[in-house]
Amino acid sequence: MFSSLKEKVGQVLVPGDEFGFEAEDSISLTESAKPERVVCGPGLRRSGDRLVVSKSGVLRHKPPHCFWIESQQRRYIPAKGETVIGIVTAKSGDVFKVDVGSSEQASLSYLAFEGATKRNRPNVQVGDLVFAQFIIANKDMEPELVCIDGSGRANGMGVFGAGGLLFKVSLGLVRRLLAPHSDIRADLDRLFPCELVVGLNGRVWVRSSSTQQTLIVANLLQSCDTMTAAQRQQLFRKVQQGAL
Amino acid sequence: MMEVSASSVSLREFGCEQTLLSRPDGSASFVQGDTSVMAGVYGPAEVKVSKEIYDRATLEVLIQPKVGLPGVRERSQEQCVRETCEAALLLSLHPRSSLTLILQVLHDDGSLLGCCLNAACMALMDAGLSMSCLFCGVSCAITADGRIITDPTAAQEKESRALMTFAIDSTERRVIMSSTKGSFSVHELQQCIAVSQKASEKIFHFYRDSVRRRYSKNL
Repeated sequence: MFSSLKEKVGQVLVPGDEFGFEAEDSISLTESAKPERVVCGPGLRRSGDRLVVSKSGVLRHKPPHCFWIESQQRRYIPAKGETVIGIVTAKSGDVFKVDVGSSEQASLSYLAFEGATKRNRPNVQVGDLVFAQFIIANKDMEPELVCIDGSGRANGMGVFGAGGLLFKVSLGLVRRLLAPHSDIRADLDRLFPCELVVGLNGRVWVRSSSTQQTLIVANLLQSCDTMTAAQRQQLFRKVQQGAL
Repeated sequence: MMEVSASSVSLREFGCEQTLLSRPDGSASFVQGDTSVMAGVYGPAEVKVSKEIYDRATLEVLIQPKVGLPGVRERSQEQCVRETCEAALLLSLHPRSSLTLILQVLHDDGSLLGCCLNAACMALMDAGLSMSCLFCGVSCAITADGRIITDPTAAQEKESRALMTFAIDSTERRVIMSSTKGSFSVHELQQCIAVSQKASEKIFHFYRDSVRRRYSKNL
C-alpha cells in the first residue's frame, strides 16, 4: 500500500479511487518484515482493507507516513486545534456565540481570555472579530473556541483591534499561506509591510499603513487562487513598480 | 454485461467549468451539445430544525427551469438527482447540517436529466464534499426502428419510442438510478444499460481530465 500511495504523490485523484493492500506472494526469510503504517489525512478513508479517496485534489505526502488530499474547498469544517477568525454574533450569559463559517456557531466562554476572571470580564462586543483556537470540534458536538493556550497565555489570540480589512479566500490558499517558507508570503514581503492574520477557516485579515495598500494586498491575495506561480510573480512585480 | 463496441456509443461534445460562481461553496456548469446546466452547492450549512436529521446531512435539490416556475416535471427530476447524490455522498460525516444543490437549466436540447446529474457531480466535487464514488448520467433513446441513440437531442427524443436515463457509479459501473419513459422490452433495457455503462467511461475520463486541469495550477 505504501509504495502504491507513494507512486501517486503529486497526482490528481478523484473520489472512488482506491489503494489496495497487496499481500506479497513470497515472504522473505532474511529480511525482517516491517509492518506498514500509513496515517491518512483529509480526503482519504479506510474501508475494510482498502484505502478510498473521498475528495478530489492532489495527493500529498509528508515523511515518514502521512498522506492526505489537498483540495480547494471553500466551506470550513471545524477541526480540533485549528486557529480561526470568528465574528461574535451574540452574547448570552457566560458564553459568546461566534460565527466561524461552518455549519454551526461555535461557543466561546468569557473566561477563555487571557487574564479574564469572574470579576474581570473581557471587553467583547457583538460584531467584534476574534482570533481563537478550537478546543472541541467534532461532528456530533457544538464546537468550542478558546483565546488562550494551555498555559493561559493569549499567544497572539484574542479580540482584534480597530482598522484592518477582513475578506474570504479558499481554504487551499489559506493553507498555502500558512505553510512554512510559503512562497506567496515571501512575494508579499517584498511588496510593502503589512499585518496579516490568517484563519484556517478561509478568513484573512489585513492591515497596512494606508487603506489603499490594505486593499491592494486584499485584492492580490484573492486573485492568487487562480494563478500559477509565474503569473503571480509577474503581477506582484507589476504592483511593485506602481502599476496599481 | 453485454458486449458493446466503443464505436456504437456516440456522445455529443461535452464541456465543463468548475468554480465559476463566487458565492456558492462549489459550482459547475456542464454542457452537452446544446444542453447546458449550471449547478451551485451550499454546505454543510446550518439546517432548519424541521429538516434536521440527527445522524446525517439533509440534502435538498432544486431544479430551476429556463423559463417559468418549477413544476411537477422538475420535482420528479429533483427526486432522481437527490437520490443519486445521496447514494454517492457520505452524508453521515456531517450530521445535523444541510446541503443545498441548485441546478439552473440554461438550455434544454435533450438529455436534460443526464446533464443535470453530470453538473451535480462536478459541483459536489468542487465543493469538496466527501463522496464514496463519482456518478454520471447517461440518457438513451430507442427509435421507432429499435436503434439505441445515446445522448439524444430534443428532436431525437421526440421521435423516440422510449427514453431512459441512468445514473452510473464510477467504481463498479453499476446503475444507481434509472428513469424511463415509453415502452421497451427487457432485452432493450439490458442493452441500454450496457451502452450507458460504455458511455459512462468516456464521461468519467472527462471528469478526471477536467479536475486535473483545475488543479494544474498548484500541482
